Amino acid sequence: MAITGLIKGLGITLKHFIETYTVDLKDGKKRYNTPEGIKERSSADTKGIFTVQYPFEKVPVPEAFRYIPFLVFDESESGEKDIRCTSCGICAKVCPPQCIWITRSVNPETGKPVPKPAKFFIDIDICMNCGLCAEFCPFEAIRMDHDYEISSFNRFDHHIYDLDKLLKPAKYYAKIHPKQYAEEEAARIEKEAKKAAAKATKPA
Amino acid sequence: MSEEILVSTLPEFDVLYSDFVKKDERNGYEGFIVEPSSLKEFALSARDRWGYDYLSSVTAVDYFPDQFEVVYHIYRSLGGGALVIKVQIPREDPKVDSLYAIYPGSEFQEREVYDMFGIVFTDHPDLRRILMWEGFEGWPLRKDWKEPYYEEEFKPYASRWPNGVAERIEDKNPFGDNVQYPKGFNPETWIPSGEDALYMGLKRPDKLDGVDSEYVVVNLGPQHPSTHGVFRMAALIDGENVVDLKPVMGYLHRNHEKLGERNTFLQIMPFTDRLDYINSMSNNFGYALAVEKLMGIKPPERAEYIRVIMAELSRIQSHFVAAGFLLNDLGAFFTPSLYALKERELILEVFEAVSGSRMMCNYFRFGGVVRDLPEGLFETIRQLAFNRLPRKIDEIDEFLTGNEIVTTRCIGVGVLTADQAIALSTTGPILRASGVPYDIRRADPYSIYDRFDFDVVVRYHGDIFDRYLVRIEEMRQSVKIIQQALTQMPEGPIFEGKSQYQVKVPAGESYGRVEGPRGELGYYVVSNGQANPWRYHVRSPSFINLTSLREMCKNEKIADVIAILGATDIVLGEVDR
Ligand code: SF4
Ligand code: SF4
Repeated sequence: MAITGLIKGLGITLKHFIETYTVDLKDGKKRYNTPEGIKERSSADTKGIFTVQYPFEKVPVPEAFRYIPFLVFDESESGEKDIRCTSCGICAKVCPPQCIWITRSVNPETGKPVPKPAKFFIDIDICMNCGLCAEFCPFEAIRMDHDYEISSFNRFDHHIYDLDKLLKPAKYYAKIHPKQYAEEEAARIEKEAKKAAAKATKPA
Repeated sequence: MSEEILVSTLPEFDVLYSDFVKKDERNGYEGFIVEPSSLKEFALSARDRWGYDYLSSVTAVDYFPDQFEVVYHIYRSLGGGALVIKVQIPREDPKVDSLYAIYPGSEFQEREVYDMFGIVFTDHPDLRRILMWEGFEGWPLRKDWKEPYYEEEFKPYASRWPNGVAERIEDKNPFGDNVQYPKGFNPETWIPSGEDALYMGLKRPDKLDGVDSEYVVVNLGPQHPSTHGVFRMAALIDGENVVDLKPVMGYLHRNHEKLGERNTFLQIMPFTDRLDYINSMSNNFGYALAVEKLMGIKPPERAEYIRVIMAELSRIQSHFVAAGFLLNDLGAFFTPSLYALKERELILEVFEAVSGSRMMCNYFRFGGVVRDLPEGLFETIRQLAFNRLPRKIDEIDEFLTGNEIVTTRCIGVGVLTADQAIALSTTGPILRASGVPYDIRRADPYSIYDRFDFDVVVRYHGDIFDRYLVRIEEMRQSVKIIQQALTQMPEGPIFEGKSQYQVKVPAGESYGRVEGPRGELGYYVVSNGQANPWRYHVRSPSFINLTSLREMCKNEKIADVIAILGATDIVLGEVDR
């Protein structure tokens, strides 16, 4: 009869229910609100309660995680912002929904373009977080952010990001993408060493 | 041996039927061009004489300003490559014979072609718009049709760089002025005429039972929890029995294909994620295959393995969701589906680590994948494939399969016979549950699927229960494939050279198809050598599987319609595109 299946089904639910308590008792306090606890709850052996209580707890995001892009600047010793972007326009061209808008700087005297952005906008309402801009930027100047808590009350006032809002220091980039940053730094140092070596041999 | 040759070779139709068939000799094209007047005759003999019984895809291309071309991809249900046939018709007053009588599975696809191109299929039983609304003016996929927010023919748009200043398109084009209405059309007073056609189209058989009652039309949806999105079924019922039923869709239509034709080849990749949003890895896979075929490249070994692992993980989580939510539709509110979602969560975390996003993966590139597995992920996948997933699949199986409610409500409900399933162009678990062992990974292998040892799951009753069982068993087979892939996976690059954002795609056409969790997911791409595809078409399994919904629901109880739809496992993002 239909009864046995029902009882079996309810039994499984009951098992899950009891498990949450036995696991909680066994693991004690460290199961919640701690990084190990969250890790345990998303591992292959996890049992018991599975959910993470956002916003009190947050699942850590992996390095590859991508949200809205930001622009990287290096800080020179005098504290000046050295924007990495050369306004080459590749990100604007590759962006699928076409939400990047760049005005290139122009030297007011000669009228020639200067490789720096005068204006840089990203319409984050349109951005589809695809990461293509960061993937194809040849100057490591645009990268994907990890900050996903960006809701606001008025989209018309806040959702077109300009240079001010987009620029973040290289330190921040190094913090959220440690592996990628280290690789790029290593490659850069090697390239510079090569350049220096080439320079050193040239006059000889 | 001789049978093998019979199945795998394409007869020389141009010689056999030289009167009205010729080879398509354009550079980069394949298949045959058939005279419009002989299309039916040819299709009939292709089906009955040569075994091409499975019409997979019908679409059209607008070779502006010359002509329209209707393109058919037909397969043998025994396996093997495609028979591609094309019919060329003039752009003025385009008409072509409907193949409905020969392949009933063409019903919705022909309606879609009519809807998008305005090509009239003569003798089609119910030629109405399907994705656009009734009363819409214009044919959206024609090259001379422009969408309301039209900026330029192709991306990238010139206004973005080097003198770009952000502006909202809706500021330039305020709401209210951005829709074209037919002359004399007033949206306030308009009553959709198509509604009548829809309800009149429901077949009312003569009453035989002698009871003096009336047929009643019931609309299930568009807002209805069972539809898993916005989707409507107009059901004609007699008491509690469904006499006839028609699905109504398009509520989520975004004209994905037109968007694709504005995009560059690479830009389409993240858009494919948004088709079947449960399964972006498979979507990426199919599209990458289609373009790689055109470009004539292959990804390196390691990338192939990573692709297969991701696609199979994707299948597992999708089937978990399908099995869990079927129970929702049966009335077991959310407990089983949340157990299923729990497993899915672990898989999504893998996707996030490797691609950066849980659902919108955008992970495949032409000739490889975006990045290698980050540190520790291999071990995570190994743990899942060898430890957790097999355990949990068994658990779900034990939990649900023997349950009386599941068995009484599913066994013998929504039956589709093997012949019907083939004729109606169903794919995936639905086709295999009806006793047709057709799985593209075996029938027409792509990528490296020929290296793995797995079974094509098949069941023979064609009811909801068998569809469910096929999905459960397929998860086990996928785990098996992942286990093999993990052991065989070599070290090496995941991309040959450097990934380019402007790929050179030679002129020509290609059709890439994969066995997605919902069935045959195909991409038909036509390139004219430019940076943007000339034509980009998605053969979406969810959409085409709905063609058979009416057959499945006929003579069932109205309550079972919900379960039948649940077992069809549609994703509206893919149905409506
Ligand atoms: S691709 Fe990089 S350097 Fe070029 S404009 Fe974009 S952010 Fe600047
Ligand atoms: S993440 Fe994608 S959509 Fe967003 S700005 Fe970058 S390229 Fe454009």
